[in-house]
Amino acid sequence: MRKVLIANRGEIAARIVKTCEKLGIETVILYSQADSDLPYVKNAKVAYEIGEPPVVKSYLRGDRILEIAQTEKVDAIHPGYGFLSENADFVRKVENANITFIGPRADVVEAMGDKVRARDTMKDAGVPVVPGSDGPIDDVEQAVGLANKIGYPVMIKASAGGGGIGMQRCDDEKTLRAAFVSSQNRAKAYFGNDEMFMEKFISNSRHIEVQIFGDDEGNIVHLFERDCSIQRRHQKVVEETPSPFLSEEVRTQICTAAVQAAKHVKYTNAGTVEFIVDEEENFYFLEMNTRLQVEHPVTEMVTGLDLVEWQLDVADGKLLPKSQDEITRKGHSIEYRIYAEDPNTFLPSPGSITDFVYPEQEGVRVDTGYDANSQVTPFYDPMVAKVIIHGRDRTTAIEKSLAFFTQWKLKGIKHNGPLFESLLKDEQFQKGNYTTQFLNQRSTKVNN
Amino acid sequence: MKEITASMAGTVLNVLVSEGESVSAGQTVMMLESMKMEIPIEATEAGEVSTVNFNVGDFVNEGDALVVLK
Repeated sequence: MRKVLIANRGEIAARIVKTCEKLGIETVILYSQADSDLPYVKNAKVAYEIGEPPVVKSYLRGDRILEIAQTEKVDAIHPGYGFLSENADFVRKVENANITFIGPRADVVEAMGDKVRARDTMKDAGVPVVPGSDGPIDDVEQAVGLANKIGYPVMIKASAGGGGIGMQRCDDEKTLRAAFVSSQNRAKAYFGNDEMFMEKFISNSRHIEVQIFGDDEGNIVHLFERDCSIQRRHQKVVEETPSPFLSEEVRTQICTAAVQAAKHVKYTNAGTVEFIVDEEENFYFLEMNTRLQVEHPVTEMVTGLDLVEWQLDVADGKLLPKSQDEITRKGHSIEYRIYAEDPNTFLPSPGSITDFVYPEQEGVRVDTGYDANSQVTPFYDPMVAKVIIHGRDRTTAIEKSLAFFTQWKLKGIKHNGPLFESLLKDEQFQKGNYTTQFLNQRSTKVNN
Repeated sequence: MKEITASMAGTVLNVLVSEGESVSAGQTVMMLESMKMEIPIEATEAGEVSTVNFNVGDFVNEGDALVVLK
């Protein structure tokens, strides 16, 4: 592999460039008119402007992106996460153009992207799924009937949903009747598909996922779990590995189940199997993400592996670089997603960064697409950086994290840095005692 | 003349009132999208809509007058 086009923006584009440079692979960068001044764009040898700021006029223009890939004669396209990364039509077009898509095959992307089908597939694979509907729900009456059987509260979800959009908790029939129709309309508007399904709401749950990897020869390994329970609006804010909650016995079981799931669909390249885990450590399949995850660096920190390098290798037809027995982890790693938002209300706060400095030291990694002079525009996700900390154990990682957040500076925009300072001093967080409701239930307000 | 302004920069996702319509305080008059999130813009007081200054798809800056009430 000689030349790779990166069909993404921000920190993940910059992060993929890093590994390509390390391996001597040329890169082609794309940027919208809103992103022309970002540091990784300015530093790029080859960069193409692909349109106006809105994503539909830039980063989602699959045909234009493919045209550039052909003009530049790239060997492969790395989709990053979000945007076109889980768009099966795009993957198929790339495959048909005889360009390597750095990710799984189109049929796997398609099968896992449809959440109803993914549930059925996992049931076939013998992986436990959340109790709920068999197949799609046709109308509100069927939904009410099913909810009476399962028992409230229930979650209704869009089959094509993701990123926390198109799902809602319903505590009673009245809420369900109202929510079903509005969620269906939203799903139609956002995903062009109004198919809905239902799951039992699992209270006091944790969100735990397993990193898996597969190659063309059918080898599948896991790279351990990540605990992603600290969330707001069903979106992750803090991720860590190992999970401070799981017993060794269940940790082994959940990683084994993820490998079993991946084997069943003959998975290739990087993927993540997400589970919801209840108070008794029962775990259920939620969904499979057929791409590199935002939070992959915590796995890299504890395993010492470069997951993008693995992706490039496997996409190039090589075998997995290591067998399961050779993959080990050391210490503890925590990632904090720095969002341009009010740390109390979580409302977005676009604007100009005026200062951005942080200590550089061993065990501290900052992935970002912005610098001290960047504009954070309203067109994209509010994440401006990821701060990833590694320590020999969880206590050390927390101490190092606190030191980081007292020393760094990010000015000009409102951001959630102050939330992390407060969180790190929270006794419950320090004990690893948290569920997905942790941030919503917290009453402590932090200063901006 | 009372102006209902944008609380942050973003793109107009939906216009929910038209000229001549009466609105009550707290009623959502427009939906903006900023950083992949829907932001409802509410009337701060009651009144009759005299002008709607933006259409769906328009980009607005923080503080722009979105809707003017008589």
